[in-house]
Parts: sequence; C-alpha cells; structure tokens
Amino acid sequence: MKKIFPPTIHLAITLVWLVVSLYMIFLYAPEEATMGEAQRIFYIHFSVACTSLLAFFFVFLGSMGYLMKRSRPADDFAYASAEVGFLYCCAVLITGPLWAKPAWGIWWTWDPRLTSTFILWLLYIAYLMLRSYVTNPGRVEVLSAVFGILGSVDAVIDYMAIRWWRTQHPQPVLAGGPGSGLDPRMWLTVFVTWGAFLCLFFYLLRQRMTMARTQRELIQLRRELAT
Amino acid sequence: MHSLNVVWAVFAKDLRVEWRSRETLAPMCVFGLLVVFLFNFAFETAHEETLRLLPGLLWIAFAFSGILGFNRSFAAERENGCMEGMALAPVDPSAIFVGKLMANLVFLGVTEAVIVFAAAIWYNFSFLPSLGWLALIVFFGTLGYAALGTIFGAIAANTRMREVMLPVMQFPVAFWILILAVDATSDALRNAASSEISQGLFRVAGISVIFAAVSFLLFEYVLEE
Repeated sequence: MKKIFPPTIHLAITLVWLVVSLYMIFLYAPEEATMGEAQRIFYIHFSVACTSLLAFFFVFLGSMGYLMKRSRPADDFAYASAEVGFLYCCAVLITGPLWAKPAWGIWWTWDPRLTSTFILWLLYIAYLMLRSYVTNPGRVEVLSAVFGILGSVDAVIDYMAIRWWRTQHPQPVLAGGPGSGLDPRMWLTVFVTWGAFLCLFFYLLRQRMTMARTQRELIQLRRELAT
Repeated sequence: MHSLNVVWAVFAKDLRVEWRSRETLAPMCVFGLLVVFLFNFAFETAHEETLRLLPGLLWIAFAFSGILGFNRSFAAERENGCMEGMALAPVDPSAIFVGKLMANLVFLGVTEAVIVFAAAIWYNFSFLPSLGWLALIVFFGTLGYAALGTIFGAIAANTRMREVMLPVMQFPVAFWILILAVDATSDALRNAASSEISQGLFRVAGISVIFAAVSFLLFEYVLEE
C-alpha cells in the first residue's frame, strides 16, 4: 500500500481535491433560491455527515474483525476510524447549527435526525473514553470491540427510529429522486465535495493506523531492551 | 454442568449475597425515591400536568437507579476476585450473563414497583386502570435496559472511574429504549386506544429484544481473561 500509493501523494491529491471542491462550492454551484448563500455550507455538512456515519460502520467492521480473527490491524482500523470519525462528527455538529440558524431561525432543535447525530457523537466519545480508561492494557481491544458492535447496533436503530418521528430536517437528497429538483451543477458539487472529504478521511485514517503500528513496535522494542 | 444450572447458580448466588449484605437493592430504592421526591419540588406540578410529566419522571428514576445496581453487579465480583473465577469456570459464559441479567431484572423490578407506588401516592395518580399495559411496557423496557446494563457493567468493571464509564456507555446506547418506553408509557397512562398502546409496546419490545440478544452473544468476549 505504502509503495503503490505513498502518503505524500495521497496528501497532495487530497489538498488539490479540497481546493477544487471549495472552488465549486463558492463559485461554480448556483445560489439556492430560498436559503441564499448560507445554503453553500450544505455541501460540507452533507459530506462530513455521510463520512462520519461511514466511519462508525468501519468501527463495526474493525471490531468484528478483531473479535473473529484477533488481528491487530483490524483493531487499529477500528480505533483510527473512531478517532477520525469523531472529528468528522464534531464538524457535522458545528456546520449544522451554522446552517440551521439562517435557514430555520434556530441553532438547534431536538429533531430526530439531529438527535441521532448527537447520539452518534456520544457513542464516539464513549468508545474513545473506554479505550483510554481500561486498566488492563491487554483487554482494551476486546472490550472496545464489544462496545463498538453494540454502538453500531444502536446507530442502525437510530436511523430506523427516525421514521417514527416527524422531522424538520430536509429529506435525504440522494434518496429524493428526480423530484428533489437539485440543479445538475449542485449534484456535481455534492459529489466532488464528498469525494474530497472521503479522500481526506482515508488519508487521516491511514496515517493514524501507521501511528498505532509504530507505537506498538516501540513498546515492543522497549520491552526487549528492558529484558 | 448444565447451562440452566449455571443460570440458577449465578442468579441464586446474587440474591443470597444481596439478602446478606443489602448493598444493592436498598440504595437503588432509596435513590429512586429521592429522584421522585426531588422531581416533585423541582417542577411543582399542578395536578393536570402530572400526566404529561409522569412517564418521563418514572423512566428517569428507573434509569438512574438501574445504573446504581448495574455498577454494583460486577464491581462486587471484581473486588472479591470473582471475575477470574467466573472466567475460569468450565461453563458457558452466556449462562453467567443470563444469571446476572435475571438478578439485575429482579433488583430493578422491585425498585420500579417501589417507585411506581411512591409516585402513585405522592402525585395522587391512580395507575390501576392502565396497570396491565404499564407492567408489560416496563417489563420489556427493563429487559433491554438491564441487558445493556449487565454487559456494560461487566465492561466498566475493567476500567478506572467505572462509576462514570457505565452511564457514558449506557445512556447513548439505551437512548431509544428509554424514549420509546416513555412514549408507550404516556399512551398507556392516557388510556389511549389499545392499538396505539400495543404499537408502542411492540417498538419497545423489539428494540429491547435486539439489544438483549446482541449482549447475550457478545458477553463471552467480555468475560475472557
């Protein structure tokens, strides 16, 4: 992986892609009719929201992988996804209110979709706290994997339970079909921005995983030196 | 040893320990009563508002006293070095989970009965017309809540600051059980149409059974040393 696709090239692609998506958000995409300029934050909000949800799915995959195969990389993958996903989830909770204030006139409402994003954020916090508070270092991986799986079940239920409440949040654009009436240039901007944030996500993810591996090797070396 | 015997052994042991030490049930009941008591003065409800506040009040009291019990459930085992014993015992770990869960259900069930009784008297509210529905909703809500509490209690027993870690894990995951249970309870107390109440009940029961099943499957990993 490192040889075929070095991190520096990954970083360069990410930066260029982010700049392109910024250009598209502010200059290429047309202004939205009712919400005006403030709507442009939607492209970032939507991209980070989808990615933060995807990240928890990765936590689930990594946790399952660890419990079944006891493979260290699977645990690194889950941990790195949780950290980067938490970052993205914070971004969702920051960009959301910034857009909600001009669009709805309020910063926050306990609408089901907002609530479930908030719960996702709490799940990330609980997962990361658990990882740093387990007393026996050899048990961190298993215990956090168990929590990761239960948390993912909760995240899935969140998105089911939404349908049982009335919601103020706009219906998902991607599932909106042709009736959702999004300008083709807006569609393109959505996809390019999402791509850019995904690319950034994977860059941070692989760097964090490398860091975890190096950290483990360092501990191993220290132990060998001590004996 | 047959799994059912293990379930019974763990369950009976927890009840016996509780009978001798009285360290779990009494604090849970006292704490539950305190929540109901404080709530009364924090909101100074007029009689007509009681119906609106009562379902939330009941479930908050259940949830908080539950946390107290779940924390004790495995912390006591840890302090006495029994976790290792359980992990080493040549029995199915899931059976230990079921035994622990049953003990927690009994403790929380008794606490809930005390809380409902206190609420009925202090708020002058008769639960009798909706008692059947209420019992079903509380049973299923408690099942899922206690299943999560049992597995998270076991995880939290492995951490520093376990008193903090348990609610931090428990509340986000158990959120929908509580919210749906409050919804269903409020329908039941309003004496809504039984189709409406049963729909709420099915939602609570469905989510609770999902969480109980996943916790049951995952418990063996928590116990291994």
